[in-house]
Amino acid sequence: MSNNIRFVQGNEACVEGALYAGLEFFAGYPITPSTEIAEQLSSRLPKIGGKFIQMEDEIASMCAIIGASLTGRKVMTATSGPGFSLKQEALGYAIMAEIPCVIVNVQRGGPSTGIPTHVHQGDVNQARWGTHGDHAIVALTASNHQDVFAMTVEAFNIAETYRTPVVLLFDEVVGHMRERLVLPEPGEIPIVERLRTSVKPGVNYHPYLPREDGRLPMSDFGGVHRYNVTGLYHDMWGFPSDEPKIINELLHHLMDKIEHRTNQLARFKEFYTEDAECLLISYGSSARSAREVVEKHRQRGERFGLLELLTLWPFPSDLIRQKAAGARLVVVVEMNMGQMCQSVRLAVDRPERVFLSNRVDGVFISPSDIEKTLHLIQGKGV
Amino acid sequence: MVEKSQFVFTGSGGQGVITAAIILAEAAVLLENLNAVQTQIYGAAARGGATRTDVVISDTEIFYPKVDQANVLVCLTQEAYMKFSPIIRPGGLLITDTRYVRIERTVDAIHKELPMYQTVMDKIGKPIVFNICMLGALTALTRIVRQESVMKMLEDRIPPAFLDMNRQALELGFELGTAAAA
Repeated sequence: MSNNIRFVQGNEACVEGALYAGLEFFAGYPITPSTEIAEQLSSRLPKIGGKFIQMEDEIASMCAIIGASLTGRKVMTATSGPGFSLKQEALGYAIMAEIPCVIVNVQRGGPSTGIPTHVHQGDVNQARWGTHGDHAIVALTASNHQDVFAMTVEAFNIAETYRTPVVLLFDEVVGHMRERLVLPEPGEIPIVERLRTSVKPGVNYHPYLPREDGRLPMSDFGGVHRYNVTGLYHDMWGFPSDEPKIINELLHHLMDKIEHRTNQLARFKEFYTEDAECLLISYGSSARSAREVVEKHRQRGERFGLLELLTLWPFPSDLIRQKAAGARLVVVVEMNMGQMCQSVRLAVDRPERVFLSNRVDGVFISPSDIEKTLHLIQGKGV
Repeated sequence: MVEKSQFVFTGSGGQGVITAAIILAEAAVLLENLNAVQTQIYGAAARGGATRTDVVISDTEIFYPKVDQANVLVCLTQEAYMKFSPIIRPGGLLITDTRYVRIERTVDAIHKELPMYQTVMDKIGKPIVFNICMLGALTALTRIVRQESVMKMLEDRIPPAFLDMNRQALELGFELGTAAAA
């Protein structure tokens, strides 16, 4: 038996990915269906010299990882809907202060405490707009454990590269399901390390003064440089400012560093999309049922295709417009009331051909659920 | 019968049906080079409530991870049998325990009623390995994985002090299954 093959839950695949990416600090408050992430890290992190803290709540957990990240550590927290709501304020702080961190949300049914042990994908728009004010965010997802691992590594790499929080938006089915995971060898997936300043101790360091390439080198907080960090609009020293020019430039910088890289950040998979007349678009566990449907129709010689999104935000509008261009029918498969479907309609030409196939009763959407929608769309009845 | 085999184990929380499902799927992936996906219904109820776990085993990639129609359905309580017997695929295999399940309807399936619980209690005296006995019977009836593979997984996850009891339960189940298959 190869030592690199594991049979694990999706939550464990996320843990393996985080450790592979160099996670050193985790603060969290356990919540179904994400609990296994905290549980596993509580034993794994101390063994490699990392820190695990179970905080008093989700707000404190989010604040703790922000502080730890500033000191130079790779950090993560994990939660589900109710906890993700609580984290929103501090998430905004991390966006404003440009602090790399990874926030996992294993989605369950909401609003409020909702349905803790059943699957939903209702936090898609919350991941985009949960915190107040204009801002940009990166949110990634996956439908199988190999991708959960890869996207978790990717989340850390993006967080470090762009000094931004990255949301990993998994769901209960992927989180709890067990399947094969092949652990990559060290070095097989590139890891982005923290970009630290070359400014010498005792010399003035400007935390928000970009290099020529636009990147902002960091200095471990509490180390050799003194500087200010704030959620207020700030100048290159990190001190609050109400200068209209500074406010305007900082807001544009925060938006542009993500939104201008939408195509570069778009991770996706496609199956038979080239000639698809009926294009299914899906993500997370729903994409598994969508794939089953597509494979079945292809076997019958029908032109079905699947576009599986791994990057949900920034929304890959160009990609979707392109892939959907030739399709007669576009069906978005998701477990919410059409959150992604809405964005797809905005992205494509002829939005009247975009339909939603969903399920919102806590039961995992099945291939036959999708078939029923297809029958309805095609006027064949159910 | 590999191609794509769909198993559903049902029973009562605490009987170990989920553990049995994990061991079966793990053996298929780690020792038989097959693909397997295991899921379970999560509820607030645990011990005593009705439980269900699905295992899909295939030599090709598995997309939809749940089971709509089971090739093999195991029911270890009357409640589970009443609730889940309709999901068996016509011509499939239904395994029930004689102590816990009284047959009330005919299903279009090969039905094996096995005295698994009774055998475990007579020969070992500990109900805790009832699930492993079931796994032995299922292995004998389906040959989905080798008995040694299941045993190897037990050795990996069970403390040494309890290993003999589990080995014995697995063998008892395998004998019951082999006899029933004949």
